[in-house]
Amino acid sequence: MKLNVDALVIGAGPAGLGAALSLKENGIEDILVVDREDAAGGILLQCIHDGFGLHRFKEELTGPEYAERDVRSARENKVEILLRTCVVDIINDEGLITAILLSEEKGLVRVETKALVLAMGCRERNRGNIAIPGSRPAGILTAGFAQKMMNMFGHAPGREIVILGSGDIGLIMARRLTWEGSRVKAVVEAQAYPGGLNRNIVQCLHDFDIPLYLSHTISRITGTGRISSVEVTPLEHGNFAPPGKRFSLACDTLLLSVGLIPENELSLRAGVVLDQATGGAVVDSNLMTSVPGIFACGNVLQVHDLADSVSEEAGYCGTAVARYLRGETKKAREVPLKTGNLVRYVLPACAEAGKEALISFRPISPAQDVVLTVRTDTEELLRKKERKVFPSIMHRIRIPRVPETAAYLEVSFASEEK
Amino acid sequence: MGNDYDVLIIGGGVVGSGIARELSHYKIRIALLEKEFDVSFGTSKSNSGIIHAGFHSLPGTLHARLSVEGNRAFDRLCEELEFPFERRGSLMVAFSEEEMQTIHMYYERGRKNNVPYMEFLSRAKTLEMEPNLNPDLLGALYAPSTGIICPYEFCYALVEDALQNGLNLFTQEKVVRIRRGRPRTNVRGSAEASGRGRGHPVEVETEKGSRFSGSFVINAAGVYADDVARLAGVANFKITPRKGEEYLLDRRVANLVRRVIYPVPTPISKGLLVIPTVDGPVMVGPSAFDVESKTDHDTTYEGLKAIFEHAQKMVPSIRTTDIITSFAGLRPVATGDDFIIGPTKMKGFINAAGIQSPGLTSAPAIAEMVREILLKEGLKLELKADFLARRKGIVHIRKAIEERKFEKVEEAIRADKDYAKLVCRCENVTEAEVSEAVKRGHTCMDAIKFMTRAGTGRCQGGFCSSRIMKIIESKTGTPLEKITKKGPGSELLLLPLSKGGV
Repeated sequence: MKLNVDALVIGAGPAGLGAALSLKENGIEDILVVDREDAAGGILLQCIHDGFGLHRFKEELTGPEYAERDVRSARENKVEILLRTCVVDIINDEGLITAILLSEEKGLVRVETKALVLAMGCRERNRGNIAIPGSRPAGILTAGFAQKMMNMFGHAPGREIVILGSGDIGLIMARRLTWEGSRVKAVVEAQAYPGGLNRNIVQCLHDFDIPLYLSHTISRITGTGRISSVEVTPLEHGNFAPPGKRFSLACDTLLLSVGLIPENELSLRAGVVLDQATGGAVVDSNLMTSVPGIFACGNVLQVHDLADSVSEEAGYCGTAVARYLRGETKKAREVPLKTGNLVRYVLPACAEAGKEALISFRPISPAQDVVLTVRTDTEELLRKKERKVFPSIMHRIRIPRVPETAAYLEVSFASEEK
Repeated sequence: MGNDYDVLIIGGGVVGSGIARELSHYKIRIALLEKEFDVSFGTSKSNSGIIHAGFHSLPGTLHARLSVEGNRAFDRLCEELEFPFERRGSLMVAFSEEEMQTIHMYYERGRKNNVPYMEFLSRAKTLEMEPNLNPDLLGALYAPSTGIICPYEFCYALVEDALQNGLNLFTQEKVVRIRRGRPRTNVRGSAEASGRGRGHPVEVETEKGSRFSGSFVINAAGVYADDVARLAGVANFKITPRKGEEYLLDRRVANLVRRVIYPVPTPISKGLLVIPTVDGPVMVGPSAFDVESKTDHDTTYEGLKAIFEHAQKMVPSIRTTDIITSFAGLRPVATGDDFIIGPTKMKGFINAAGIQSPGLTSAPAIAEMVREILLKEGLKLELKADFLARRKGIVHIRKAIEERKFEKVEEAIRADKDYAKLVCRCENVTEAEVSEAVKRGHTCMDAIKFMTRAGTGRCQGGFCSSRIMKIIESKTGTPLEKITKKGPGSELLLLPLSKGGV
C-alpha cells in the first residue's frame, strides 16, 4: 500500500503529538502520525507518578493525564494517528523521502512525505552497554522496563531490590517498589553526584530512608537462575577500591537506571548525521537535520529532563516544519554554535544571523557560583549568575536576535572571580 | 515398557543432538535426555559459531580427522535442515617474521589434515580482502572452507528433524544414576529386530525419578561428561572447564570484517578472534581460562581487557563502546586434550566426551563415528524408508528489510498477517516468527531469542520482552510470573500485584 502526505511524524509521545498539533495550528492538514504501541501517549502512559505539566499547564499531572491532554487535542484537531505501526526504514532518494511502515492493520505501507519529523524518543542503556562482569541470571531489568511491568502489566519484578544508577526513572521506581512492599536496599551511583533531579532524590529516596551510594559501582553480578547478589565497589578517582572495601548486597532484582540513548537507528538509515555528545541528530535552528526535509524533536534529539520541555521543543519544531513546507525557510547566514568552558553540548549546531535562537545545553559536571555567558567573537549577548548548575538540569535560553556579523556563538560557564 | 529404548543419549548439545539426528535415520527407538529447559543450553549456546577448516589440529588426532570431515558435511546439512551457514573463509594473520613461520607450520598441518584450498596471502592481498585489518600485518594464511553458523539454530534443527523421525525428547531430566539392568525378558516387536532384546540394558534414573533403559547409552554430557561417566563406573578421565568469554558488537559496525580473523594461536586455544556472525554483528573472543567450577559462566574485567587488547591489534577500529552484550561458555576439555569417543568398560555405555573446540565443526562426523561404534558393538541398524531429511527453517523477514526487498516482506504478510506485527525492533523480528518458535516447543525467553534473534539487538530486550511474554502467555497459558529466562528458577517477574487494590 502507498500513501502520500505533507508530513509524517514518527512517534505519538509528547514530541510527536506536540509536533503534529503545531503543524495543524500552522495550517498543515495532510499529516500522519505513526506509533508502535496500542495507544498514543508514548512512555508517559507508564509514568503514573505525578509532577508532569508544572511548567506547561501550571498543574501537577500524572504521565497519563499529561498525555491525555495532547491525545484529546489531537482527536479534536483530527490528527490521524496510525497505531500498532513500526517504521522499519526511511529511504532518502535525492530529496524524495519514503518511510516504510509495518502496520498490524494495513500491512506494509510505503509513505512518501514532503517532510518527516523524527520523534521516536529514547531507550535505556542496558547491562550489555555497561558490561558489568559476572553471571547472566534473570532479574536484571532496566528501570523503565520494570516500570512498564508494574504499571501496565501489574507485576513487580522482585522483593529485594538494588538499583544501579540514580537516573530519574530509577529513583521513581525505588519509591514505587517500596510502596508495593518490595525492599529497595540501595541506589548505587558511579558519579560523585546524583543523576536525577533533586526533587526525586528527596521524595523517592530520603523520604523512604533508601541509602544512596555515590561514587560506587557494581563490580560483579552473582546468581544462576535468578540474581542472588551484587558486589558494590567504591570508586577512588575512577578506579575500583581494593577488595577489602567492597561489600556484597543480597538481592533478587537489579534495576538499571544508567542513562538514556536517543533511538536514532532509523535516522542513520536515512543518512542523518548524529552528534556524539547528544546521541541525537545534528540540527540547525529550525531543528532540521543534515537531510533536508527531516526534522527531529524531543528525546530522540536530546534527552530532556521534563515532558514539558519536550512539548515546548516539539511545538517549535512543528512551526519550523510548517514554514519549510510553505517554502519560507529561505536561509539567512548560519552562525555556528560552540561549547565553551564546562559545557557538554549545545543544541542546535547553528543559528541564523539576524533571527531568534532557542539554545539548549548542559554543563559537564556540577558547579557552584558560576556565570553563564553567551558571546560572539566580538560581544557578550548574555551574562547570568548561576548559584548551582547540574548535568541533570538542562538549560534553555532564547537569544532574541543573533547579531548579523557574529562569526560564532559560544556558551560557557565561568567562575565568578573572572 | 514405555521408557525402554535402543539408544539413550545423555545431553542435548550439538553432539547429542547430532547423534540423535543421525540415529533417527534407522528403525530403532531413541531418547534424548537433557537436564536443562531446552536443548543447546549448555556449551553449545555460548559457542563462537565457527565451522573451522581444520588446520589448527595436530595431524593424527580425532580433532584433525573429525573437524575436516565435519566441515565437509555442513553444505548438505544446511540444505537439508535450513539453518544459517556461510562459508566465509578465514585469515590467520601474522605480524612478525616469527609468526609468518608459524602460519607456514599451520599450512603444513592443514595439508596433512586434508584441508582444501588453503593459500598464503601477501600483505596487500590480505588488506584488500579485509581493509579494516591492522596494516602492520605481514601476511595471512587463507582457508576458504572456514564457515560460520548459528550454533543454537543448528542444534534446534537437528533435534526438530530427529523429532519428526521419531526421537523422544525429555528436557529437564538430569541423570543421577546409571546401572547395569537386569536382562530383558519381555522382547517385543521391533526390539528384537534391532537387537534391543539381547543382553543387559543400561538403566538410567533422573533427579525427578524418571527411569529409562537403553541397550546403549551415549554420554554426550558436555562439561558434565566425566560426572556422568563416573555414574556408570567409568572414571578414567576428567573434564576441565575452559572458560571462553565473548563480546558481541553493535550491528552498526557489522562490516568490520567479512571473514573469521584468527591470530597466531596460543598453546591452549586458537587465540582471540574477530568473528563475523551469520546474523550480521561481529563478535570478539573467546578467551581461554581453565576454571574450577562447571557453573562459572561469569564474564570478567580481565577477560574484557585481554580480548579487546588482542582484537584491537588485529582490527584497530574495534571499540568497547560498541559492546551490546557479553557471555561466557565452558569448553569441556578432557584429560589428554583430544575427544574421547568410544565404548567403555561398562558394556553399552559409550562416550562422546571432551568435545571442546573444534567440537561444533566435528559434530556431524562425531555422529557418524558413534553410529559406526554402535554397529560394531552389535546394534542392528536398518534404514527407514520414510526418513524425513528436510526440516523447514523459520522464515525471517529481517534480511529482506535490511536489504530493502520489501516485496518479500509483503509476500510473507500475505501468507501470515502476523509478519506485520513487529515484536523486536532492533533485529526486526515479528510476531509470526516468535509464535512459530513457541509452536516448535521453545517457551522460555532465551530459547525464543536463540531461535528468532528477538532480544539479541542493541536494546537487549527492553522493547520486545514484554511483547514476547504476552505471546508466550497467550500461546501456552503460562501466567506472566511463571515465564522464565531459561527454565524454572529464572522467572523474570516475581510478584503479581494484588488485584482490586487501590
